[in-house]
Amino acid sequence: MENKSVKIIVPVGSLGAGVREEEIAYGIRQGANAIASDAGSTDSGAAYLALGISKNNRGSVKRDLSILIKAAMEARIPLIIGTSGQAGADKNLDWTYAIAAEVCDELGVSPKIARLYCEQSKALLKQKNAQGKISPLPPHGPLQNAAIDSCERIVAVLGVEPYLHALSEGVDIILGGRTTDTAVIASYAIAHGAPWGPSWHAAKIAECGAQCCVSPTNGAGVLLSIDEHGFDVEPLNIDNRCSPQSVSAHMLYENANPFQLIEPGGVLDVSDAEYTQADSRTVRVTGSKWLKKPYTLKLEGAGIGRYQTVMLIGIQDPGVLARLNEFHDNMLHVLNERVQKTMGLSADEFHISLRMYGWNAVSGDVPPADTPPPREVGVLFVATAETQEIASQIAKACNPYFFHFPVNFDEELPSYGFAFSPADIDRGPVYEFKLNHVVSLDDPMELVRIDMTTYQAKEVAHG
Amino acid sequence: MAKVSDVCKHVRSKNAGPYWVTFDLFFKDEAHFAQYHDSPTLSPELFAGLYGAAPDTVKQFSVPSLNMVKVSYGRKTPQGGEVERDMHCGQQFVRLLDVELEPTMPSGRSEQ
Repeated sequence: MENKSVKIIVPVGSLGAGVREEEIAYGIRQGANAIASDAGSTDSGAAYLALGISKNNRGSVKRDLSILIKAAMEARIPLIIGTSGQAGADKNLDWTYAIAAEVCDELGVSPKIARLYCEQSKALLKQKNAQGKISPLPPHGPLQNAAIDSCERIVAVLGVEPYLHALSEGVDIILGGRTTDTAVIASYAIAHGAPWGPSWHAAKIAECGAQCCVSPTNGAGVLLSIDEHGFDVEPLNIDNRCSPQSVSAHMLYENANPFQLIEPGGVLDVSDAEYTQADSRTVRVTGSKWLKKPYTLKLEGAGIGRYQTVMLIGIQDPGVLARLNEFHDNMLHVLNERVQKTMGLSADEFHISLRMYGWNAVSGDVPPADTPPPREVGVLFVATAETQEIASQIAKACNPYFFHFPVNFDEELPSYGFAFSPADIDRGPVYEFKLNHVVSLDDPMELVRIDMTTYQAKEVAHG
Repeated sequence: MAKVSDVCKHVRSKNAGPYWVTFDLFFKDEAHFAQYHDSPTLSPELFAGLYGAAPDTVKQFSVPSLNMVKVSYGRKTPQGGEVERDMHCGQQFVRLLDVELEPTMPSGRSEQ
């Protein structure tokens, strides 16, 4: 790539969070060669993988896709989306593809679309496990087949290779399954000859969009320009700027190690990276290294645990607020006793937690003795049990006590402020991550299934 | 002794994937960083005491260019269990704020 740079628009931290049309137009005027963004992560919990659903509403994803597909098709540059539909399982990807197809119909465009599927069959993973190809990441131990079976869905977290393949086939749009945030962005630069160190590092800095800027809320995206010696990063909003501090600090974000980032097939090492102010809005980064390692993909699996039913009351009674710790402990004791007596459940068959919002719900710690009483608290009752029906029955058994539990037993029973009627809400199961393992591969493409189709836009009825 | 909130301009916490929690302590300036980044108080045992972290999973990094220290630990149970109270661990930094930090070097001691 002599004297050339690869320019990539990262329009937003995650698809559906709100891209800005004027920012995309700015990036394209600067000569962008591609648009790339992830569309999810594990951060919001295991439910999205277990269920194969998005945390975003359909409309917000469609809005962002409409702006991006239109801009990419007009500028004739590829649009690359990773971790489609929040968790990147097959169902999440199909959901995103259906939205993209609808957008293509409305725009009257017929792009070549690659779908990169990476949900894994349990049988194949058990086979890999038997061959000793799956290793645990700390603090986990060796993978048991029971853990594989306990998952609703399992994905392999892809690297750049499937994207490189799709790009080499000249696709217009890539919709990837679960992929590292960085690989989605780095893939385009690597496909066009940029060195791996700056490509991965630029991608890490840009993966949350404008988060690496001095004012993270002023705008949505950034523009990367990657060349053979390093990369530049600038906000897509011309009123915002990047500083060496804002850019280098992003390497810390949601990452356990500030100097190294483990990726499929290698490690990004930024120990020797230098960040300098190139112009008033742009930061130049050099010295990023890629250390090649044996090829592994991380596995993510999510399963269904026990079920929960919740109730919520608000308390303003100063007599209760002055004695909250005692109130909590006494009520919890009585509720546990009541469930055991009326339902015949043993202590290990259910769990009740009372979380006093406004007092200590987040920490669960007992506040220091001199802490002044709050003006009010919300008490969240959470019952957990083997089935939804049992959790629901526990809540109903506890309802009158939760509603009327006194601090002084010789006075008229109080009535606290229920938020709803009926008071108990079946919340569904607890979704849990079950795997923290990597699978070793000789061929980086082994666990991905690629579908490449030219989508034929259907005529949309008007009027 | 100074508290974390006295010597840092910003402290934050977040998940680093479902199995790790990471804390970023941005000191007020170079002088505060020099005095406290290697504080014996910022030990694996501190995180074991405050968060129940297994001490052998605690990793600590100093980033002088940003006057900051990053501490991460591996969770015993992953994000989002039955008794989860902070799904993204975005509030966990609060317990650190009142921790009193012993300075790295008592005054008068040579840097060598």
